[in-house]
Amino acid sequence: MTESTSTLLDVKDLTVEFATRRGIVRAVQNVDLTVGKGETVGIVGESGSGKSVTSYAVMRILDRAGRIADGAITFSGIDVRNASESEVRDLRGREISMVFQNPRAALNPIRKVGHQIEDVLLEHLQASPQDAKVKAIEALQKVRIARPDERYHAYPFELSGGMCQRVVIALALACRPQLLIADEPTTGLDVTTQKAVMDLIVELTRENGMSTILITHDLGLASAYCDRVVVMEKGKVVETAKSAQIFKSPQHAYTRKLMRSTPRIGANLRDLLPEDMPVPLTPAKKTAGGGASLLSVSNLVKEYPRQGVGGTLATLFRRKNEFPQSEVFRAVDGISFEIKRGESVGLVGESGCGKSTTSMMVMRLLDATSGHITFDGEDIAAIPAKSFAGLPLRKRIQMVFQDPTDSLNPRFTAARAIADPIYRLGGLRGRDAVRARCEELARQVGLPVELLDRFPHQLSGGQKARVGIARAIALKPELVILDEPTAALDVSVQAVVLNLLEDLKHSLGMSYLFVSHDLNVVRLLCDRVIVMRAGKIVEEGETEAVLSAPKTDYTRELLAAIPHPPL
Amino acid sequence: MNKLAQVEPVEATPVPVSKPARQGSLFSHARYVIGENPVTGIAFGMFVIIAACAIFGPLIAPYDPLASNTASALQAPSAKHWFGTDQLGRDILSRVMVAARLDLGIAIFSVALVFVMGGLSGVAAGFFGGWTDRIVGRIADTIMAFPLFVLAMGIVAALGNTVTNIVIATAIINFPLYARVARAEANVRRDAGFVQAARLSGNSDVRIVLTQVLPNIMPIMVVQMSLTMGYAILNAAGLSFIGLGVRPPTPEWGIMVAEGAGFIVSGEWWIALFPGAALMLSVFCFNLLGDGLRDIVDPQRRT
Repeated sequence: MTESTSTLLDVKDLTVEFATRRGIVRAVQNVDLTVGKGETVGIVGESGSGKSVTSYAVMRILDRAGRIADGAITFSGIDVRNASESEVRDLRGREISMVFQNPRAALNPIRKVGHQIEDVLLEHLQASPQDAKVKAIEALQKVRIARPDERYHAYPFELSGGMCQRVVIALALACRPQLLIADEPTTGLDVTTQKAVMDLIVELTRENGMSTILITHDLGLASAYCDRVVVMEKGKVVETAKSAQIFKSPQHAYTRKLMRSTPRIGANLRDLLPEDMPVPLTPAKKTAGGGASLLSVSNLVKEYPRQGVGGTLATLFRRKNEFPQSEVFRAVDGISFEIKRGESVGLVGESGCGKSTTSMMVMRLLDATSGHITFDGEDIAAIPAKSFAGLPLRKRIQMVFQDPTDSLNPRFTAARAIADPIYRLGGLRGRDAVRARCEELARQVGLPVELLDRFPHQLSGGQKARVGIARAIALKPELVILDEPTAALDVSVQAVVLNLLEDLKHSLGMSYLFVSHDLNVVRLLCDRVIVMRAGKIVEEGETEAVLSAPKTDYTRELLAAIPHPPL
Repeated sequence: MNKLAQVEPVEATPVPVSKPARQGSLFSHARYVIGENPVTGIAFGMFVIIAACAIFGPLIAPYDPLASNTASALQAPSAKHWFGTDQLGRDILSRVMVAARLDLGIAIFSVALVFVMGGLSGVAAGFFGGWTDRIVGRIADTIMAFPLFVLAMGIVAALGNTVTNIVIATAIINFPLYARVARAEANVRRDAGFVQAARLSGNSDVRIVLTQVLPNIMPIMVVQMSLTMGYAILNAAGLSFIGLGVRPPTPEWGIMVAEGAGFIVSGEWWIALFPGAALMLSVFCFNLLGDGLRDIVDPQRRT
């Protein structure tokens, strides 16, 4: 698509302001944006860059505190900024529609998905009550939902995340809008699902000659699927270019920084840091696994009762052999692996593969059904999770959680969060001594000491992640489990945090079990990688060997699904 | 470790880094909340007046609330007796003011009692689940199975006609409300990341409940307390109205309304109206205060 095609959406000099307690905040400043007919435009930026606010302004769905302060928005000849509310309502859904980040939240949980599609069709007079059902099933078919007749009757909770997103896309496309705004449509989905959903969006919109705005934090994803990419930083557009060009010759410093920090093939951990940063002393060299065994897991199994089968009534009224499947569900199905001292092992798999359950069992927060977990010669699987909290062993295995916000008590200051394990297990007494240790830890993780007295909501995502890391290393553990520690962070912050983790590993001599769905990130940090699927280990080996020459189809599929920029 | 400290400036932080911790931030926050929602300010003003009456009532009341004077009985509101006088010539304004202490006292003690009983058992039920949950849940269900006011009447009648028993009865009938709210809130946080993190830090479950979960559900419990305060006042007055609990001639809003009710037909409306209005306004005030308090204690809004 080129400039010559007619313009569908033209945003000129857009400024959006929010009235907050500290006065007016400009979330978006003088943004120019055009979307041609049939064009796919990606808006890329980190959190707080104003990319979502821009699209909300286009839809005129800013919340009450926000207002369009300046600029013009023209959508196929209509002045959106000055249009009446009823005119705008007419645009939404019929001309412009939106796909949100969390598909489950976008669907009504107590209505069948088929009925929800019917609602939209009837509301916009796209169907009559007689043929609504047929059209709704057609819509489900279009988004490649298998067995659409059955799924018409499904409730959102009965569908997987990827399926829900397909339903949301079906809803968004039901009225054949001219413009689809997809706001992080695949965040929270597995890579293979992400690929399927993105392929579907691009295919359907191209088929119908629709335009798309894809809002994402992932430069790779945007450049793989969009014609043009708009890079935003702090409410301003810093660069607009064709997606092929943006990777070849990024013009703006911020774009370069963003590109550098995106994990990619052929880059090592230190490459992700910005150019102007002093190169750390230790090169990111992989330690050859040669240390003694620290943790060894053998035949670990975790079973859960299958839901809806074990109920008393169901048992009473069930005919013989009505439920042929076993009554237990094996989340983790007899896995064995080993972690040596000073080694980082990546545990990779898609959601539901049992990687988190495994890490919880190793962490001794969850009891295993059977199997052994041997930590430094002691079988810790035999110790019930309940009584593990008070043992001296607890000090030696710690964890960094996935969501830095959720894992910090909102009513504890950073210092108190870090001090908690020190008070309980650290054996350090006296306020001054603990405070000194907290400050030492803060310095180790690069958290400014003056931030220690802040509450979590007063800290940025990266700072919260540092607090979580400081808390995990406070007791000088030997094994740290990293549960997607950077999944909730912006790429530039992720780059810094990953480097920090690598440095800490070397300076403190820890071993890592890195649980993640992102192979690109695992590649950077891990010596060995274990790929899990449906509770079983499908592949295991040195990271480079597994990622460059995968032995199983599943690993190959995972690798292929990672969006790669067109180079 | 110096090299790690240098890592910091790279981070794209939208939060301003160098903001010193402010002094008196709770006060300024309260002022902000009241500015945003003036109704909270009005409710707070009313609360101050009611509290002042409760604390200083006997000192600032213009007359002795118990002194009867048949010569000035059943006088309409005037400059001398702002709220008029009752059938025994007692000054109604003085009686309404002095009664605030008893009514508020009953409410505060019963709410405190139910907060400890219901709050703790609810949190335990939500956090531990299993048998704790079943037992607490069934106790709450059993209480809910009765018409609550009738249950309160029964408790006071059975235990004896004293103020202490009114406090206990009011606490018991509010138990399910507290237990359920606390249970739901604790249940949500049972598997939260910070609870898991606290386990890793070596905290026992009881410690986690007290130091991690309880402080986080305080905002909602405070709102609940403020709302039930109004309800507790109403309940205490209701019991007195039907002759249980406080006995005449003690000034108490419920009794005063009951005494005045008979005089409304003969045109002496003020005897029942003023204590009734005091009752209504205080219930109203505590309900509004609940909303305002939530905004003040909620850490998400305290930025």
